[in-house]
Amino acid sequence: MDYSQFLYMREELSLLAVILIIFLADLFLCKEPKEGVPVRGGKIGLIACVLLGLHTLGNLIPCCGMEHEVTAFGGMYVHTAMMTIVKSVLNVGTLVVFLMANGWLRREENVVKQGEFYLITLFTLLGMYFMISSGHFLMFFIGLELASVPLAALVAFDKWRYESAEAGAKFILLAIFSSALLLYGVSLIYGATGTLYFTEIGALISGGSLLSILGLVLFMAGMGFKISLVPFHLWTADTYQGAPTVVTGYLSVVSKGAASFVLMTVLMKAFADTQLSEAWNIGLFWLIVASITIANLFAVRQQNLKRFMAFSAISQAGYLVLAVMGGTAQGMTALVYYLLVYMVADLGAFAIINVVEQNSGKINIDDYDGLYETNPKLAFLMTLCLFSLAGIPPFAGMFSKFFVFMAAFNAGYQWLVLIALINTVISLYYYLLIVKAMYIKTNETPIAKFRSDNYTRLALFICLAGVVLVGILGVCYNYIDTFAYGME
Amino acid sequence: MNFLSIFVLVPLLMLLGLWLVKGQKGIRCVMMAGSTVLLITAAVLTVMFLQERAVNDAEMLFTASFDWIKPLHIKYSVGVDGISVAMLLLSAVIVFTGTFVSWDMNKEYFLWFTLLSAGVFGFFISIDMFTMFMFYEVALIPMYLLIGVWGTGKKEYAAMKLTLMLMGGSAFLMCGIFGIFYGAGGETMNIVDIANQTNGAHAIPVEVQHIWFPLTFAGFGVLGALFPFHTWSPDGHASAPTAVSMLHAGVLMKLGGYGCFRIAMYLMPQGAQDLGWIFLILTGISVVYGAFSACVQTDLKYINAYSSVSHCGLVLFGILMVNQVAATGAVIQMLSHGLTTALFFALIGMIYGRTHTRDIREMTGLMRIMPFLAVCYVIAGLANLGLPGFSGFVAEMTIFVGAFEHADTFHRFLTIAGCTSIVITAVYILRLVGKILYGTATNEHHLKLTDARWEERFAVICLIFCIAALGSAPLWVSNMIGTGVAPIVDHINTFVTNASFNPFF
Repeated sequence: MDYSQFLYMREELSLLAVILIIFLADLFLCKEPKEGVPVRGGKIGLIACVLLGLHTLGNLIPCCGMEHEVTAFGGMYVHTAMMTIVKSVLNVGTLVVFLMANGWLRREENVVKQGEFYLITLFTLLGMYFMISSGHFLMFFIGLELASVPLAALVAFDKWRYESAEAGAKFILLAIFSSALLLYGVSLIYGATGTLYFTEIGALISGGSLLSILGLVLFMAGMGFKISLVPFHLWTADTYQGAPTVVTGYLSVVSKGAASFVLMTVLMKAFADTQLSEAWNIGLFWLIVASITIANLFAVRQQNLKRFMAFSAISQAGYLVLAVMGGTAQGMTALVYYLLVYMVADLGAFAIINVVEQNSGKINIDDYDGLYETNPKLAFLMTLCLFSLAGIPPFAGMFSKFFVFMAAFNAGYQWLVLIALINTVISLYYYLLIVKAMYIKTNETPIAKFRSDNYTRLALFICLAGVVLVGILGVCYNYIDTFAYGME
Repeated sequence: MNFLSIFVLVPLLMLLGLWLVKGQKGIRCVMMAGSTVLLITAAVLTVMFLQERAVNDAEMLFTASFDWIKPLHIKYSVGVDGISVAMLLLSAVIVFTGTFVSWDMNKEYFLWFTLLSAGVFGFFISIDMFTMFMFYEVALIPMYLLIGVWGTGKKEYAAMKLTLMLMGGSAFLMCGIFGIFYGAGGETMNIVDIANQTNGAHAIPVEVQHIWFPLTFAGFGVLGALFPFHTWSPDGHASAPTAVSMLHAGVLMKLGGYGCFRIAMYLMPQGAQDLGWIFLILTGISVVYGAFSACVQTDLKYINAYSSVSHCGLVLFGILMVNQVAATGAVIQMLSHGLTTALFFALIGMIYGRTHTRDIREMTGLMRIMPFLAVCYVIAGLANLGLPGFSGFVAEMTIFVGAFEHADTFHRFLTIAGCTSIVITAVYILRLVGKILYGTATNEHHLKLTDARWEERFAVICLIFCIAALGSAPLWVSNMIGTGVAPIVDHINTFVTNASFNPFF
């Protein structure tokens, strides 16, 4: 075996190194809790953030031989330059999640298990890396499991809280169910083609056979669970509500983003057959229409902000998958760009929800009434993030929506774009409801004035910079576009 | 950097300044300095434009273009023609006077107000569809907070209704932009390039035009208060704070008419020729219906809002006639309506600030109590109903003369119907003026009220001066506008109407 192949997996190795260092640091830095002595926060959070930050910077853009497609381990591992970009986006998202988690992890009930949080999160990230760079269905499946099983532990992290434990149980059951569906689909595809390599499947599969169609449908259903598209979304609201807010942020952005990118690459590579690609385009069409419309209608009625963000995330996932339609290079750029923009805006909103929850324990939309009077800066930042989510210029959200719609329009799905556009108006309505609560409504018992911790401030600063600059500066899109590829 | 970008840069600097300064005085200084700079720039631009136009007959002058998002051919392109220069001048005047009218407002108000004006200026200077659309939406969203926070009456409802309806319009619009862009080959977003089929653009297929023309026109039409989509306008204007009503009715509604003309009709001329009749009927309804509705209102702002629906209807009415005279008239009507309506809203705001009621049944004899405001109100009313000497007369006259050039029954009928609006306008304006200004004051409380303060007088006088100037010396403006209208109208008229689409022919 040629061990130099490991050098192609630079990003994975670097992340693994980060994980090991944090593991050792956690081992030596964390002291046994003693009776009567309050446990202090320690340095583990700082170490984790710095290391992940270094890892992010080190692998930010494809360079040093990673600009081209490389294949390692007989095709199990395939890497394209675009994947580095996607991984970078996920890195930044995870970094922001780490920053906003800091205050929450320093609470008394969590302080002894800080290290676990960072490790588990990074393991799911590693799983997503493998999933993204896989060239074989088994590799893909291992990555997927590595990305989803530890997530259940994260969802149930506040295990002393009934809802959190319940959410964890729900999540793991549905994750396993969807994995089973997906695996069954993969086995059917194996039956139809006799191979599990994406490229070979792409060459051998024929759209006429029932086996391959069934395999495709089951594969898409499994991915639909992971991305939480309607009608596979039923776990989302409960899980998001029950999970700790930080984990909800991670779930709604990072894990969803990785899954939708993988959906695109696998569909493009393994199901490129003309008849099949027509089939998955039709399937996606209805999934998107259902996701966007139904999630929007449900979001309007929500009172709990985390539940609200869950439905908002489902409809945003619909827009994200809109870029997959047609499998064009333009769509791929739009997808990655949308992911980046959605990530900063959504995590910004979650950072604020989290810091408000940590400081006042309030999580309902009504509680946010009059937030502008007491915490004007937070209210303003929240407004910017919500505007970006709703697609209001000059914030980045409008650019990303424009590009996604443009890609889908160019791929020939004009009426789908029109439906999606009408839905953006509904989504604007419910995002404005929160703005209205913060600015216009008054409250007799408003959220008290508080100072957020420095980690949260840094997280908010990153999100703010993203929301304001990523759109206006065209370079981001231009740069991502140089790596995009589509179906032939 | 092209000097047109000053129009966007100055508001951005104002935002920065507002963010940094402390105290009411500092805010006023920043706003006054900024809006004066904008006004002077607009005046300088007008002079420069007229000089340049004399020697240069390119369609757009002072153009510049910078690559922005290269893979999608999106550029930041700016340029002006006669129409946009007139609109920039109007916007600068309204922003300038609006600053004086909202003298006592706080910092956040001015932040959103300035952002709104940045959007408006950006919209009028850009000639790239994406840039234009972006500025269009930038101008829309601050309205939500401006009305929601600082408005009066049922402001939450009005703010939400206005925002959602306008954003719904822009959803159609975005689809229309994609339709135009990909219909013309997907090579350029530049409006002039697409119209003249240069730089890789080819003619947009007729079927494509038939799909996207109605959507694009309706999308802009929502903002231009086109008949079934006008309902945001009365509620929004009635609830908005004074300067926001001024800016919104005075400038923002013009974005609709401008966009209909510059994007929907100019870029899809065949669609405009074939399907324009639908919208012509709708605007005809707007004109008459708006005027009738104004007759039965009892709230000062509602009266003016419905009057705006009627007058903005005339703008779309003029451009849909697709001839040089009517379209020039339509653009003058944009100017004229912008100025008169802003004056009206300013005066209503001042009166309301004193009487704390806008119900005309509760006010009489204000002429004795606040003579300055009352006289100005009469002037505004006369300007609004199109008295010769004021801008409204020139505009409406030109539109109807142009509209009468069409000799067929369909256009004749609509023209005559439109003309009746002048009479109806006179009815509600004269009744209103008689009711609230003349007679004896019966309300004890009203007797103690004061007349206008200096900054209010200044703003009102500026507006009246502009209205009178436009009304007495309209030629240079209409010439300037005519140079901008001519290429567009000629371009649309090279395409022949397919009469089979119009059942009324």
